[in-house]
Amino acid sequence: MFKLDLPRYERIWLIVGTGTLAVFLVLFGFMAFSMGLTLSDGHKTVTPEALQTTAPFDQPGFVEIGPNEYKATMIAQVFSFVPGEAVIPVGSKVHFEVTSPDMVHGIGIPGTNVNMMVLPGHITEATYTFNRPGEYLILCNEYCGAGHHVMMGKLIVK
Amino acid sequence: MSEKQAGFGTADIPQSGVKNQFVPEDRKLILAHLGFSFFSLLIGATAGLFQTLQRTGYIDLPANVGYYQLLTIHGVSLALVFTTIFIHGYLYSGLVRTLGGSFQPSERAWAWIGYYVMVVGSLLAFITILNNNASVLYTFYAPLQASPWFYIGLALLVVGSWIGSIAIFKSYYRWRRGNKGKASPLFAYMAVATMVLWLICTVGVAIEVVVQLIPWAFGWVERVDVSLSRTLFWYFGHALVYFWLLPAYIYWYVNIPRIIKGQIFSDSLPRLTFILFILYSIPVGFHHQLNEPAISTFWKFVQVILTFFVVIPSLMTAFSLLATFELAGRSQGATGLFGWIKKLPWKDIRFFAPVMGMLIFIPAGAGGIINASFQLNQVVHNTLWITGHFHMTVAATVLLTFMGISYWLVPALRGRALTKRMNNLAIFQTVLWVFGMGFMSVTMHVVGLLGEPRRTAYTTYMDSPVAQTWEPYRQLVGIGGIFLFISLLLFLFIIYYLWFASPRVESSIEYPIGEVNEKAQKPPLILERWSVWVGVTIVLILIAYAIPIWNMLQHGPAGAMGFRTW
Repeated sequence: MFKLDLPRYERIWLIVGTGTLAVFLVLFGFMAFSMGLTLSDGHKTVTPEALQTTAPFDQPGFVEIGPNEYKATMIAQVFSFVPGEAVIPVGSKVHFEVTSPDMVHGIGIPGTNVNMMVLPGHITEATYTFNRPGEYLILCNEYCGAGHHVMMGKLIVK
Repeated sequence: MSEKQAGFGTADIPQSGVKNQFVPEDRKLILAHLGFSFFSLLIGATAGLFQTLQRTGYIDLPANVGYYQLLTIHGVSLALVFTTIFIHGYLYSGLVRTLGGSFQPSERAWAWIGYYVMVVGSLLAFITILNNNASVLYTFYAPLQASPWFYIGLALLVVGSWIGSIAIFKSYYRWRRGNKGKASPLFAYMAVATMVLWLICTVGVAIEVVVQLIPWAFGWVERVDVSLSRTLFWYFGHALVYFWLLPAYIYWYVNIPRIIKGQIFSDSLPRLTFILFILYSIPVGFHHQLNEPAISTFWKFVQVILTFFVVIPSLMTAFSLLATFELAGRSQGATGLFGWIKKLPWKDIRFFAPVMGMLIFIPAGAGGIINASFQLNQVVHNTLWITGHFHMTVAATVLLTFMGISYWLVPALRGRALTKRMNNLAIFQTVLWVFGMGFMSVTMHVVGLLGEPRRTAYTTYMDSPVAQTWEPYRQLVGIGGIFLFISLLLFLFIIYYLWFASPRVESSIEYPIGEVNEKAQKPPLILERWSVWVGVTIVLILIAYAIPIWNMLQHGPAGAMGFRTW
């Protein structure tokens, strides 16, 4: 197409730079597609106004589904989480499934990699294993209105 | 050349030789843009001060002012209004200088119409926010439902920017017609590239606002597709940050070589850099949506790959600029490996402020790569880390460059002197800004990693132990905010002085346009075949977005009702 004068040092700089970027991408790709380390997502939908009559959101809560394995069905709504508090044993693997009847919310649990966007009409899923005991703060990390900063929950791991 | 001459002094700064390099009509046009953008800067900074002091626990707001209301006005006035209107003014100034000395009347008329539409739109948005009818933040995510007039205001801001861009395209094609077969001046080329990027990316937000949000806010339709609206927003939202950055790059590439008595290192690479920004800054919006449902992992990953491509033109820029600086220093007799650094005009605000911005861009850009690094995104998403990131990029790198431009552009347009005293005060102002931003943004990065969320009013989460670990950092963030506000007032004071009070001069400060090194290769003309690049951009956008958007339309839920939760 066309040729550009590229000084030798600039060539080296760009090769090192793009090479580094390529290495990063290969690493993320390997972690994502071979080790299954992916981010929160989800493809199921639900009618936001009908959560009270739609399973599993008609009975939100942490349910043990195997040895040290839980399904956490949660609703994020203005301005609280349902359930607002839960207790699980150390080492529990928790499969979150969350939706919202109203606004866009977020779930962040400081000290963990749990970080989920919660959209009305969609179900967001993520999995995390709680290996350290303690009291975890669950907070809404997407602005949802005047009470956004009081929207919180607690997860006690012991 | 002696140390003294390399510093600031009236004898050292090239003068234009005339009272004013701009015809009165262009002068008025550009000053109108700068003036309104500075007004917007004052509003945004004031809101910024009070919201940062509220969220860090220093003050309580009066009952009739909401934290999220202040945060909305901070974001809208700075990220949307100040940037867009300032950029138009700066680009007009460079086009006038490089494309024949003045705009044609028809070009100027388009620019004025665009200006008034942008101003009316901005005021409409400000008023709805001040009336507490639009506390939806500058990203206005549905189903937060603002007054329809807020969305109409933002739509007018975008439409006005499109009308203004007609002046840019018309003047560029006027020059091309008169100079067949020649490569256009670098400034004009880059201004056109910036506007091409802007036109392609704003289509997304225009569809979101006009097709989805306005009919819904008026109540003509009941529901809105939340996923689609967020996708359309971020199709625009990431290119938006490049729309801020590219004018700063123009200043670095085109104006600064003249200020440092150097030459433009290459006439082709900067053009290729801007083409790469057009290609890769748009099909990457999913990296803002990595933790959300309704987009499959595969498509998120495709856009992460494309996001990494957009790092390459910034790597090219870093090399070109440092090479330009080094060559300029060596041509002035610098010796040794680093002697050229001493030859740079550190005491000249036209150079000092933007260079501080460049230096900050090194860690800030690295932070951006972290944010886009797929798995790492879940560690930082929606935490104060992100707020720290974009304050270092747009509110330091870009803003310091814009301040550096304002310090000479205002007196050049007003036919007044950039006095030594004001130059030195401006250097102090820049240092204050760098310190303030250091306190605030570095701390935000750290406390973000400790989990503190962004966009959240003061809260202890009922004395939660983890929230208590954030307390000491909040103190520092607040102090940084105070530094920044003082620095901004100082900036506006200096601008006021340069605009109204500085001595009038017979020969105004020169509009610095760098000359291209005579050994530089002539730019290949294909770089000026815009249809080719726009075509490739559209193909990339279709690859990145067509299937995921199709999936949203096919498998999306019924949509969400609107709520007013503030």
